[in-house]
Amino acid sequence: MLILGVESSCDETGLALYDSDAGLLAHALHSQVAMHQEYGGVVPELASRDHIRRVIPLAREVLAQAGRELNALDAVAFTEGPGLAGALLVGAAFAKSLAFALGVPAVGIHHLEGHLLSPLLSKRPPAFPFVALLVSGGHTQLMRVTGVGNYELLGETQDDAAGEAFDKTAKLLGLDYPGGPAVSKLAESGRPGRFKLPRPMIGSNDLEFSFSGLKTAVMLLARSQPGDAATHADIARAFQDAVVDVLVAKCMSALQRTSLERLVVAGGVGANRQLRAGLDAAAARQGFEVFYPELELCTDNGAMIAFAAALRWKGGLPKPDTTFSVRPRWELSLAG
Amino acid sequence: MNFAAIETATEWCSVALWRDGEILSLERRAGNRQGEFVLPMLETLFRRANLGMADLDAIAFGAGPGAFTGLRIACGVAQGLAFSRNLPVIGVSTLEATAEESGAARVVVALDARMHEVYYSAYEKRDGGWLAALPETCVAPEMAEIPPGAGWIGCGNGFSVYADRLGPRLAGRLERIAPELRPSASAVARLAAPRLAAGEGLDAALATPHYIRDKIALTSSEQGKGK
Repeated sequence: MLILGVESSCDETGLALYDSDAGLLAHALHSQVAMHQEYGGVVPELASRDHIRRVIPLAREVLAQAGRELNALDAVAFTEGPGLAGALLVGAAFAKSLAFALGVPAVGIHHLEGHLLSPLLSKRPPAFPFVALLVSGGHTQLMRVTGVGNYELLGETQDDAAGEAFDKTAKLLGLDYPGGPAVSKLAESGRPGRFKLPRPMIGSNDLEFSFSGLKTAVMLLARSQPGDAATHADIARAFQDAVVDVLVAKCMSALQRTSLERLVVAGGVGANRQLRAGLDAAAARQGFEVFYPELELCTDNGAMIAFAAALRWKGGLPKPDTTFSVRPRWELSLAG
Repeated sequence: MNFAAIETATEWCSVALWRDGEILSLERRAGNRQGEFVLPMLETLFRRANLGMADLDAIAFGAGPGAFTGLRIACGVAQGLAFSRNLPVIGVSTLEATAEESGAARVVVALDARMHEVYYSAYEKRDGGWLAALPETCVAPEMAEIPPGAGWIGCGNGFSVYADRLGPRLAGRLERIAPELRPSASAVARLAAPRLAAGEGLDAALATPHYIRDKIALTSSEQGKGK
């Protein structure tokens, strides 16, 4: 089964070709980060305008890379939600119309399902069941995953996503948007222990998160300290230590509560080195296994969408349905 | 020549098939749910015309100006359809399509652009084609450029939404108004046919909406200046 995947839920246009026999054949991505940088954040209308310019060139790129023709497609998969409505609609319109013209089904995929199944594309794929930590600029959730389509929400952030906290901390430290990765880099040169920031909800005895208070703590700390580079690095370090501690503690707690043994980490923040080191160490101590997607598939991408469609429709594709709509807000546990 | 035309710049969803000079069309009010209707409507037209994708030579779409999301639905659908078989695509002005819909010879078009503005232009019929008498703009109704001479027909919902501002502004120039006239896919098809025949169709990747309203956000430095 050959599937073209289309992802356009936020500020990355991703296209990919996945073959259920041969695996991932090609994927291509255009990030709009540089475009939104000037505005200090993602401008939804600009994101939509850019997606529509990128989709066809990227589709051509993956077809050429894979050496396949469009008429060999069995289906087109697209991100139906959650995400920016206008951005999602570009992918939906293109995918549905292409599929209609080719006489194959177009299937809508939940963006987070794409992320949480993406570690199964890696060289060391996890077996079901597992606990999944979805952690990105838009999401921070723990899920119990017992199989494809079986997702139970265990806990999630009550306010900011972890990645959002990284970006906001970056802004407070004077780093350009999107500052998350820059904060991580700065934290690497920071001294641990000079500052101590709160670990929000670490002792809350549930699997919920909260990161907006941490951002405020960073702001107060930054204001009370000199603005030299070394101090900023130490603040970044204190911030990252706090986030990592919370994420690691909640993941371990989720594994214990569910009596599961495998943890899957997905989403952009899943690429954070200190988080990976922290999770690996804690898991090793407690006898759990941790799985990550390949680094290049941590960001949004089309490969995870094509792959999720291939798994979901393994037993046979649905009949073509030519209507399309998107779901900007869509809970994953309802996608099963 | 056979081609499909799509126009979704307003709250209407309008689809047409051009079959060697004959037009079949369908339209319905869709709000902002054009995605639910556009392909099923095209499917219906294919069935009625006894045509399929393999019989098409091109795709035409109403490129705007109009509702941003609607423009991208028309453009995205045109791209998806055209890409499947490397068909040429042509975008047609939604304002010109409104003029074409009027059947008149001198037309001022004003479509509601929200935010107290209209998408605005004027066209004159010359040698069977439309000549732009005023450039396409997005403008406050009371600032709209006045077309030369008299005998103009005012078309588009801008003339009802901003009747109190456009009416006085264009006093003496308008013969009558027809606010109920709207862009349709069959008008898009009639405008697209000679251009496609002249080889003006583009590669699907180059199909793009014509927004006019391009300044839609302030950069960080502009936001700083505003404080």
